[in-house]
Amino acid sequence: MFAGYDFDVIERSLGYLFREGMTFTLTLTLLAMTGGIIFGTLLAMMRLSSIRVVSVIAGGYVNLMRSLPLVLVIFWFFFLVPYIGAWITGASQPVKVGAWMSAVITFTMFEAAYYCEIMRAGIQSIPRGQVWSGYALGLNYWQTMGQVVLPQAFRNMLPVLLTQTIILFQDTSLVYVISATDFLGAASKVANRDYRLVEMYTFVAVVYFIVSYSLSLLVKQLQDRIAIIR
Amino acid sequence: MQYNWHWKVLLEAEPGGTGTYLQYLIVGLGWTLVTALAAWVIALAVGAAVGTIRTTPLHWLVRLGNLYVEIFRNVPLIVQMFLWFFVVPELLPKALGDWIKQMPPPWGSYLPAVMCLAIFTSVRVAEQVRAGINSLPRGQRMAGVATGLTEAQAYRFVILPQAFRIILPPLTSEFMNVIKNSSVALTIGLLELTGRARAMQEFSFRVFEAFAAATVIYLLTNLIVVLAMRALEKKVRVPGLIAAGGAPQAGH
Repeated sequence: MFAGYDFDVIERSLGYLFREGMTFTLTLTLLAMTGGIIFGTLLAMMRLSSIRVVSVIAGGYVNLMRSLPLVLVIFWFFFLVPYIGAWITGASQPVKVGAWMSAVITFTMFEAAYYCEIMRAGIQSIPRGQVWSGYALGLNYWQTMGQVVLPQAFRNMLPVLLTQTIILFQDTSLVYVISATDFLGAASKVANRDYRLVEMYTFVAVVYFIVSYSLSLLVKQLQDRIAIIR
Repeated sequence: MQYNWHWKVLLEAEPGGTGTYLQYLIVGLGWTLVTALAAWVIALAVGAAVGTIRTTPLHWLVRLGNLYVEIFRNVPLIVQMFLWFFVVPELLPKALGDWIKQMPPPWGSYLPAVMCLAIFTSVRVAEQVRAGINSLPRGQRMAGVATGLTEAQAYRFVILPQAFRIILPPLTSEFMNVIKNSSVALTIGLLELTGRARAMQEFSFRVFEAFAAATVIYLLTNLIVVLAMRALEKKVRVPGLIAAGGAPQAGH
């Protein structure tokens, strides 16, 4: 069945695939995760704010992001970021922004909407008494949030946040549409150069499966541990 | 720094000669919906079957179901898309593979796209169905069997009708996910809504008009789906149950 297939192409390109491609994918995942969780938590706090304007703005942003396909959002930011850059720096021409920078911004902004919904559920899962006792002790809003509510919310939601990060890891493969060289992009370049599409894409699927599945097992383990402690 | 908006471009003729750009995008929405709906029908059928199987006492079937779910949940959608488009036709018997590869556009991309989205979504449907069945009190199944129903009849008449009504809200969001995910099919050459917005941007150089139009169309579609499903949810809600909010879930 596999006669006529050349699986050596994988071995020959391993260095390129992992040094260039996987590094891109993992760095993008980690940056977007960090940025997404920070921005997402801020959005969640905004959504739960008692100031109506603030909660409406955050809600609008989150719902907008969640209603659009990621591919479309990637295109949006790819073309929009140069204009925003020019607007910020006051340049008269769109600023040159590479696929890398554009991808980092896109995934941070997009995933923040999803992390926001998780953090919102996390914050809402904390009993109100926690907030009141924070205020009763004389803490202000930021102190109560930062030292009482968010640590607990974050901990309760850790498994879901990590599951979302696995999805983010898989989603970064969509940077293919702006020709970035992530793991899939690198494999695709080799595949098309050597005309070895079957071998390369199968290999890519296997690698993604191994990484995602191992991570999901880790998350499951963590979930059990947290459940016992709580 | 100024961007000169030129909304009239939507009414200009697109180079393919099929009408205005606006019509071009609307046809794209049609392809998006036709792809998503076809995938959704298959996903519901397969997902319901796999999800149900995973709640039965048959251990090896449960294992098989788990394997299926893990495989298709842990590979990115776009990679699955490439597998269906590039790899599957090669592994099929030669005559069938060639027939698929030689299908005239857009069917040559449409069929792999539908299969890919269907299987990808079926896994998520299966998870919801399983969660729905497991959320029912055990007594329901026992009562069914106690009244003389077989295990299969208990599923058919007692468990599944309730489970499906419970999981309708999460299924709604899965349906919206299929619509959104169908945009990935542009990578294998299916000119659905996002693909056409991209093409329009390349032909007309009107970047933001093209994407803004696509964005508005997606938002309107979402709105219609939400309203329709809300009406349906109201109709089939199980009386006496608190509207299912469900635990927070990761998603995209």
